[in-house]
Amino acid sequence: MKKYQRTVYLDNNATTRVDNKVTEYMNHYFLQDYAVASSQFSHTPGIKARDAVEKARSIILGKLRSGPGDQFIFTSGGAESNNMALKGLALTNKDPSRKKIIISGIEHFSVLNTAKALEKSGFEVKEVKVDGQGFIDLEHLQSLLDEKTLLVSIIYANHEVGTIQDMPKISDIVHQKGALLHTDAAIAFLQTPIDVQKQNIDLLSLSAHKIHGPKGSGGLFIKKNIPVQKILDGGYQENNLRPGTENVPGIAGFGKAVEIFKEKDLEKVKGLRDYLYNGLGSRIEHVLINGSKDLSKRVANNLNVSFEYIEGESVVLHLDMRGIAVITGSACFSRALQASHVLLAMGFTHERAHGSIKYSLSKYLTRADMDYTIKQTKEVVEKLRDLSPLKSTTF
Amino acid sequence: MSLPYTKKVLEYFQNPKNVGEMDKPDAMATEGSPACGDMVKLYLQIDKQSLIIKDIKFKSYGCASNIATASIITELAKGKTLEQAKKINWKEASETLGGLPPVKVHCAVLAVDALKTAIENYEHKNDLIKEKKHTDENVVRQRLSRVINPLTGLDLLQVNFIKKIEVKEGGISVWINLNSDHQFAGNIKDETIERLEPLWDIKKVNVIFNDQA
Repeated sequence: MKKYQRTVYLDNNATTRVDNKVTEYMNHYFLQDYAVASSQFSHTPGIKARDAVEKARSIILGKLRSGPGDQFIFTSGGAESNNMALKGLALTNKDPSRKKIIISGIEHFSVLNTAKALEKSGFEVKEVKVDGQGFIDLEHLQSLLDEKTLLVSIIYANHEVGTIQDMPKISDIVHQKGALLHTDAAIAFLQTPIDVQKQNIDLLSLSAHKIHGPKGSGGLFIKKNIPVQKILDGGYQENNLRPGTENVPGIAGFGKAVEIFKEKDLEKVKGLRDYLYNGLGSRIEHVLINGSKDLSKRVANNLNVSFEYIEGESVVLHLDMRGIAVITGSACFSRALQASHVLLAMGFTHERAHGSIKYSLSKYLTRADMDYTIKQTKEVVEKLRDLSPLKSTTF
Repeated sequence: MSLPYTKKVLEYFQNPKNVGEMDKPDAMATEGSPACGDMVKLYLQIDKQSLIIKDIKFKSYGCASNIATASIITELAKGKTLEQAKKINWKEASETLGGLPPVKVHCAVLAVDALKTAIENYEHKNDLIKEKKHTDENVVRQRLSRVINPLTGLDLLQVNFIKKIEVKEGGISVWINLNSDHQFAGNIKDETIERLEPLWDIKKVNVIFNDQA
């Protein structure tokens, strides 16, 4: 076997490398100020830990442009935040006439399956359509909304195709009927400007490990007076909304990751992504882009394409043997042996989903990494096409 | 690196043997479909006197398991008589490769099925069927039980896609409970024809969709 030296990690929509500044900062709360974050009347180590948690909270609330009385509740990550938003709101719902929840077909499993669970407890769940580029069909949303709708949950930027929704418009439509808006912003955060006041967002989920922070740390933004209840019972932590000893290093690391974010890193990533897209598109034939064709309407670090006539798992394995880590929406690849529900919801054929490859980038990559990725992808795609029985007429 | 595949599977995945097509194959068969995510096409050259497989080529769309198994099947079958080649099963293929992950066994089955179908097609075309059974509805049903509807992963019979089958004067008509503009109508039609046309007493196959009835 040929030896390939370079390692190119291109699965940053799944998770990212933690920034050194973040681990250093977190270390302090593992090794020095490791006490339980406690009330202001506690011992000094406890107050130091408390200060770290509150500092992180204020950094994140500031980044979201929140208003007075808004809360940010730390959780174990995006999945828990999504559960808390949907279940925590549905459980406290005192208005028996509002029993409808609207989601889209391209939501993360933690929203899709939470909605399914609520359906079993008597809620009506409706799915709003998306178009071929992953944008919410706003007219369809309007037609689904009524006075019975409690909550609409729409992913801000999709985790597979990176499409960024027109959240201000969605928010207007949702609030016209007195419903509330939740958005899973794990991928969108720090990749597109979020302003919870201007955009009138009621609930918003975040995850630290998507932004060079630690795994197991995230949170839910709750706008003032939005009646969300805790979904876990226990102590009185996090304003009595999320029990359990606070993950102080995780929370501190989350805040640090937000604090050190630089706009110029985002510009760099965007430049690399555009370069990769142009390189693949100009050097390989029959490449289809999945998600927004207007690259400015997808998150800077995402590129998702389908290579026609070949299957994704083979591409992933070949690239992996060459040191490149990407993923595919092919059924072969998934734990459920099912093609990506996101791509299918966008109306794609199974073939197109099977041939899809997602490249998601980070600030740690270089132009040389992109050149290597383009070259290796071209070789692999051509090798597999030589082997493929499919011809253009099949598609 | 702990990949789920054996070293041998990876070797064949990277350097598959007997890849290609044939202009005038003596027999061929396709199993699977791109919509399902796996597809194998086999081409055979068969010596008419000795009934030995002189040459065999494959093309594959699918995962590593699919590619490696199709490749190993061609090696196992080459030089064998049709009777010997019929006996190759997925276990033999899998063992030769040092084992396959359990979830990938269906990929191995696909390649073995392609070999069996190709041989069967050859026997039908060349009057080699020992028990010459006239094609009837049961034969058609049996053959169609391998055509998979990609949406469900189930075969056409299980999902009641077949409304009616008629066998008459060397022709088969199959009514399918789908409209002709359905996403997979084209795939299903092609596969249905490919499965039924080789039958020794059949000259014509008609596939009729709801909006054409």
